[in-house]
Amino acid sequence: MEFPERLRYTKEHEWVRVEGDEVVFGITDFAQDQLGDIVYIELPEPGASLQRMDAFGSVEAVKTVTDLYAPVSCEVVAVNEALTDDPARVNNSPYGDGWMVRAKLGDAAQLDELLSAEAYQKLVAELGG
Amino acid sequence: MSYIGHTREEEARMLGEIGARSFEDLLEQVPAAQRMTAPLDLGPPLTETELRRYFASLAARTYDPNAVVSFLGAGIYDHAIPACVDHLALRSEFYTAYTPYQAEVSQGTLAVSFEFQTMICELTGLEVANASMYDGASAAAEALLLARGATRASKVLLAPGVSPRTRAVITTHLSGQMEIAQVPEIEGRVDVAALRAALCGDEDIAAVLVQQPNFYGLLEPMDAIGAAVSAMGEKPPHLVVSADPVSLGVLAPPAQWGAQTVVGDVQPLGTPAQFGGPTAGYFATRRTHIRRLPGRLVAEAYDAAGRRGFTLTLQTREQHIRREKATSNICTNSALIALRATVYLAMHGAEGLRQVAAACMRGSHYALSRLERIAGVERIYPGAFFREFAVRLPIDAEQLVGRVRDVAGILAGVPLSRFDPTRPRDLLVAVTETRSRTEIDALVEAVRRSISA
Amino acid sequence: MTSQGETPQWDETRRSADHARGSVALIFDKSVPGHRGARVPKLDVESPPLAELVPEALCRQEPPHLPEVTEPEVVRHYIRLSLLNHHVDRDLYPLGSCTMKYNPKIHEDLARLPGLGGIHPDAPEESVQGILELLWCFSRDLAALLGLDAVSLHPSAGAQGETLGMKLFRAYHDRQGNQKQTILIPDSAHGTNPASVARCGFRPRQIPSQRDGRIDLAALCEVVDADTAGIMVTNPSTLGLFEKDLGAIAERIHAVDGLVYMDGANLNALMGITRPGDMAVDVVHVNLHKTFTSPHGGGGPGSGAVAVDKKLEPFLPVPLIVKEGERFRLASDRPLSVGRLHPYYGNTGVILRAYAYMLSQGAEGLAAVTRAAIVNANYLMKKVHPIFPVANPETCMHEFVSSLAWTRNHGVKNIDVAKRLLDYGFHAPTVSFPLIVPDAFMVEPTETETRATLDRFAEALSKIASEIREDPERVTSAPHSTYVGRLGEAEAARTLKVRWTVPEQRHA
Repeated sequence: MEFPERLRYTKEHEWVRVEGDEVVFGITDFAQDQLGDIVYIELPEPGASLQRMDAFGSVEAVKTVTDLYAPVSCEVVAVNEALTDDPARVNNSPYGDGWMVRAKLGDAAQLDELLSAEAYQKLVAELGG
Repeated sequence: MSYIGHTREEEARMLGEIGARSFEDLLEQVPAAQRMTAPLDLGPPLTETELRRYFASLAARTYDPNAVVSFLGAGIYDHAIPACVDHLALRSEFYTAYTPYQAEVSQGTLAVSFEFQTMICELTGLEVANASMYDGASAAAEALLLARGATRASKVLLAPGVSPRTRAVITTHLSGQMEIAQVPEIEGRVDVAALRAALCGDEDIAAVLVQQPNFYGLLEPMDAIGAAVSAMGEKPPHLVVSADPVSLGVLAPPAQWGAQTVVGDVQPLGTPAQFGGPTAGYFATRRTHIRRLPGRLVAEAYDAAGRRGFTLTLQTREQHIRREKATSNICTNSALIALRATVYLAMHGAEGLRQVAAACMRGSHYALSRLERIAGVERIYPGAFFREFAVRLPIDAEQLVGRVRDVAGILAGVPLSRFDPTRPRDLLVAVTETRSRTEIDALVEAVRRSISA
Repeated sequence: MTSQGETPQWDETRRSADHARGSVALIFDKSVPGHRGARVPKLDVESPPLAELVPEALCRQEPPHLPEVTEPEVVRHYIRLSLLNHHVDRDLYPLGSCTMKYNPKIHEDLARLPGLGGIHPDAPEESVQGILELLWCFSRDLAALLGLDAVSLHPSAGAQGETLGMKLFRAYHDRQGNQKQTILIPDSAHGTNPASVARCGFRPRQIPSQRDGRIDLAALCEVVDADTAGIMVTNPSTLGLFEKDLGAIAERIHAVDGLVYMDGANLNALMGITRPGDMAVDVVHVNLHKTFTSPHGGGGPGSGAVAVDKKLEPFLPVPLIVKEGERFRLASDRPLSVGRLHPYYGNTGVILRAYAYMLSQGAEGLAAVTRAAIVNANYLMKKVHPIFPVANPETCMHEFVSSLAWTRNHGVKNIDVAKRLLDYGFHAPTVSFPLIVPDAFMVEPTETETRATLDRFAEALSKIASEIREDPERVTSAPHSTYVGRLGEAEAARTLKVRWTVPEQRHA
């Protein structure tokens, strides 16, 4: 299971990559593994304004569905349209092709509250992952 | 009869292996205060012979549908049922199976559901249909709840010709959740100008529900209704149509009028009246609403070797996964009745269904034309109708129904006073393809005699 | 198959002889233009042509694509499909909480008596006295069995019974002037419970279970407050355990003028032992297609009859059947009623089978049913526990829940075990429910199974356990003997092909 060093993480099993004043986020390798085969992803409209921990979409697997929570407050710039036709990208490449949302960062200070790769890996280990 | 798998001696041995001294040991969890102290107050067990005798005595105190000619409709119709429908529905493999959770040993049930879904799509013109609902009325309520979710609006408009029973069921289900208003009536149908006005004045309307043919058997002007609803901007309210499936043999599929959801009851397709239940509802909608669809849905699936099969899908919409966020709480639905409808439609094909519908129209028009010749009997609503029509009588309708039954062994129709006490002389008469000319003539003669009696 | 010796006799060899594998055919595949099954009577009446009767704008232009097949083809097709189903008349169907018991054949005959099965619900009351009597008598006897005061037979299934229950709660609280919003639900509950609560405008609040799976009375007491509209409890719980504290729970709920709803899905464990009324329950639904043998039909129709305490009787749906002297009448004049739930009077065809069952068993028979169901469950639990440990290996009521967690070490999930059981000719138990047991495997044998069947089932589980240790791939790739192999559910959900479509060449 991968936990790339350059990313930050949330307790809700999402990852965040900072790119200038933008953030890109998706769900972690652990999350996709727990969900199993992903069949559908519901994402917000570009332009949507999200507060940290807002439910902004959902990921649907065969027998389970989970809400997605905004890791930081932000304004959606783009969503990964390719996931509509090929949601399995999230299974195959959670940190790459399986990205979900690109957004303009609201409050940069919130980034400090995210977990490091090491801290997240520890959390996953506690969950038996 | 006992259907228990072991004797008391075997039970004693099983208890021994469990490690219990007696059955009572197994009940240690049940607090003494909650234990029954007296035996249940029920009668002694009956044998099969006694059961048959008792049920036959109950049946003898209802009318005999094989001897009585019925012109009753109002939601339940007496269409011919091909013999093979019941024979196939009586296969243990179908009727003693559970919900097809283990797809690999449920391909029979699943394939039938897939066929049913397809047939409903073909009849309604819509893209997605589920595996069935409890009945047409609750399906209509679910369709309105879907519209609420999709439009985020909170009011529904009901056409005046929606069956009073469907209306009542909707009212119960939607109470506290959606506001219900009525579309004004003109000659028993939707007043399209008034509908347009109602829609223009209110942005909080989630859906308009129209029944076709309506409760009085009348054909609603679906083209004009559809145009009025779809003219309401980019995100118009949902047009929801409750359509009789037999009528769809001759009528245009409701999707043509822009219907977002089409619902109805498949009882006319091969299920006997059974005093009103069980029947099955059907539910068809647009592909865009597939994740809001209530109930069970079957999809094509393949195994590793590429063999085609079928499986329940999108179970994430359902209560056992989504819990309080589920699209609906329905689980057990009406699969066996949907099977009956599927076999019925397979037996008829498009041409057979068209012929059934056409025969209903011919018979009902003939019956009305003859009844109208009786002095004092008049047709209530002008214009096109299907299978069913309302007439006003010179005498009380309940009284007439009683007399016609007594003199001729015919159930003449459903008095509308049951639904609206201000209509004591109005009678709803249904004529299906099972009614012969002789029977219709006998009805007319019996009505004539009963009126002049 | 590599080693015949290890293969149980009833395994692949026998079943693969029954039918080869293949793709499942659809009736549409059999269609030939011009073929027809039913012939429609030609009505010999004067009538204008159809074109004059239907406004042209409303007429169908294109016929629907329905199959064109002869009656023999129809019969063969559906018989062949039927052979692909597992069913109770074939073998054990140990789905926990679903109570898949034998469906007596006489019930099918009785339901088809013309005077019961063929009668129209709008016939005059005096023409349908027999069926009204049947419904009235069953309501009376069901109330007695449940220790409650009044019954509505209208709900079409358990979930609709729950809907009705919540509507009754709402009506009661409105009448009392209570502004209550919260319904408490144990975390072991079936998903219908929170779904029903939410759709009736209440807020579900989950309460934790104790270590043994029962409701935690102390935790419950902490959350009960003025906003508590009531509680939904399944008893016995979905773990097959009796909620010992239900009396105390009810007392606490009633103290704040809340109401107690019991999900009666598991009534098969209680008949003759205790009654919901004895546990101070206010509303209970009974799935007549479970405890009372009405066949499940591959997913309905069912019936979720509801019984209530007298304080809720005024709110029951209309019409209610009342007895006046020797006559039965449909009463709709009930001003406090929640309204109409069913377009007619409930699923009469299902109800009359249930009543036939009640009559054929009588009081002593129903008590014997429960007794045998409990003995069978405990016997099977004893046999299964060493193979797949049971979460609470004390005595159970009518079902028990094993955990298959250990199989994960061999790369095998509970769903794999379920699929492998199909190769042994059994239906699988309920898997992955209740949510509070990891890798749950929920077994309900019912009273109709013999000891030999239970032994055979336990033996199959034992063999599968060996396979998990020795040849896990055999289990994870199961089933091997069914007409189709394990189906790709994920791909199906992504593609969502939910109807047959006309093949391209047929357009030409």
